[in-house]
Amino acid sequence: MTTTLYTSDHEWLAIDGDVATVGITDYAQSQLGDVVFVELPKVGRTLKKAEAAAVVESVKAASDVYAPISGEVLEINDALAAEPALVNSDAQAAAWFFKIRIADKSELGGLMDEAAYKAHTA
Amino acid sequence: MMSVRDDKNSLKRTPLYDLHVSLGGKMVPFAGYDMPVQYPAGVLKEHLHTRSQAGLFDVSHMGQIALRPKSGKVDDAARALERLVPQDIVAIAPGRQRYAQFTNEAGGILDDLMVANFGDHLFLVVNAACKAEDEAHLRANLSDACVIDSLADRALVALQGPKAESALAKLCAEAPSMKFMDAGPHTVAGIKCFVSRSGYTGEDGFEISVPAADAERLTKTLLENPEVMPIGLGARDSLRLEAGLCLYGHDIDTATTPVEAALEWSVQKSRRTGGARAGGFPGAEKILAHFDNGASRRRVGLRPEGRAPVREGALLFADGAGGEPIGKVTSGGFGPSLNAPMAMGYVPANLGALETKLFAEVRGQRLPLTVAAMPFVKNTYKR
Repeated sequence: MTTTLYTSDHEWLAIDGDVATVGITDYAQSQLGDVVFVELPKVGRTLKKAEAAAVVESVKAASDVYAPISGEVLEINDALAAEPALVNSDAQAAAWFFKIRIADKSELGGLMDEAAYKAHTA
Repeated sequence: MMSVRDDKNSLKRTPLYDLHVSLGGKMVPFAGYDMPVQYPAGVLKEHLHTRSQAGLFDVSHMGQIALRPKSGKVDDAARALERLVPQDIVAIAPGRQRYAQFTNEAGGILDDLMVANFGDHLFLVVNAACKAEDEAHLRANLSDACVIDSLADRALVALQGPKAESALAKLCAEAPSMKFMDAGPHTVAGIKCFVSRSGYTGEDGFEISVPAADAERLTKTLLENPEVMPIGLGARDSLRLEAGLCLYGHDIDTATTPVEAALEWSVQKSRRTGGARAGGFPGAEKILAHFDNGASRRRVGLRPEGRAPVREGALLFADGAGGEPIGKVTSGGFGPSLNAPMAMGYVPANLGALETKLFAEVRGQRLPLTVAAMPFVKNTYKR
C-alpha cells in the first residue's frame, strides 16, 4: 500500500515501505511547458534534503528539482532520457524521476497530503 | 524562470492585449509590455505550427518611426540616416527594405532595425527596449534634414510560415507578388497598412503595420484561417534562434561590432574602406579596422552534443578540464524543428572555424559542443 505525499515545490513522493518514488506534479509540468530534457541523479548518490537532485529543461528554461527528503538514489527512470515529453503527458505516473531509500522517516512529517497540496496550488 | 514580481500596473499593453487574454495567452512582462509568452498550445506546438502552417505574432511593442525628409526628397533622408548606420541606405530602392544597425562611437551596436523606402519617406522598425533612445538619437542627429515621426498609434503583426502567403492573399491581392524584403503601403482587408515580406523566424512571411484602431479586427480576420495560430514570445525566440538571427541585448549590444557579430553581410561595400561613401557613421574607424584586419572574436553557432540545452551565460572553454573561459553563450535553448539543443556565442577568431570542438560549463560540468553553421534550420525566404 503506497501513500502519496507532496512538497510545496511541486514534487510528489509515493511512499512504499522505506522507498519513495519521486517525480514532479502535473501542476509543475503545466507551469514548465514542453519538457525537452531531464537530468537525473546517479544511482548510488546520497541526496541531502533540499539539495539540487535533478534538472528539468523546457523549451523556455531550466528548473532545478530539489531532493524532497534525504537518502540514497536506488533507481532512476531511464525512459525520461529517450522521451522527456513523458513529463508533460504522464507526470504523476510513467514520468517518475528516481527512487530513493528514505534515510529519515521524520522528514516525511513536513510533507503535504493530496488535499493540502490541492489547497496549496489552488 | 521569469519573475512574476514586476508591477503589472506599470506595464504597457499593445492594442491586441484583450485578444491575447481572450485566446488564453500567458501574459508576462517583456520590454515594459505585458505580452503573451505562449498560448494554451504551448511553445513546442506553436513553434512547429509556424514551420508547417502559419503563425501570427503580435510585435506591436516594437517601435515604428517615419523619417520624413524636410526637402521632400527621400534621398536626403537616406543620406541623413547614413550618418548613424554603416549600411547603404541611399541604395534601398522604393518599395524595398534592408536590415541595419545604429552604431556608437566605439563601434558597438546601439540597436538593430529595419529600414524601408516608402518612396517619399523612410519607415523604420526598431526594438521595443531601445525605441525611446533610438528616437532621441534620431532627433538629436537628423533633425536638420528630417522630421522624426513616431508612429505610436500603429500596431505591428507578423504572419510567418509556409501558409502565410495564401492566408494574406485572401485579404491583400498583391501579397503573393511581393518578394523577400519588399515593403510598402498596401490595403489589407480594406485597411491601409504597411506590409513587408520579412520576419524573424527564418520562414517566408509578412510583417503588417496596421492602425491601432484596426489591429484587433485584422488579427481576428487572419486567425479565422484554420492554418493560422497565435504564437507567443517563447516560440518567437526558439524560431529566431534556429534561424540564426540575433536578439538585441543578448547576441549583439554596445560591446559588439557588426564584424564581431558576423553581420558583415549587412554592411554594403559602398560604406566600407574604398567604397563610394566609406565611413561617416559612428565608430567607423573601429568597424572598418575590423573589416580590414579582422576582429579578435566572432559570433558563431554552437551545437551541443547530446540533448541538454546550453543556455545564455554559459561559459565556453577550449578543453574539457582546466583553462580559462574563452567565451560565452549569448543565446541558447532547444530547437523544436532541429530536435536538438542549439546556441550562439562569442569565441576567439582562431576557435571560430566550423567543426571546432569546444566545451560549455553547465551545472559544473563541461559539455562538448561544436562550432556549427547558421541558420540551424534552413530558411525559406521567397527571393
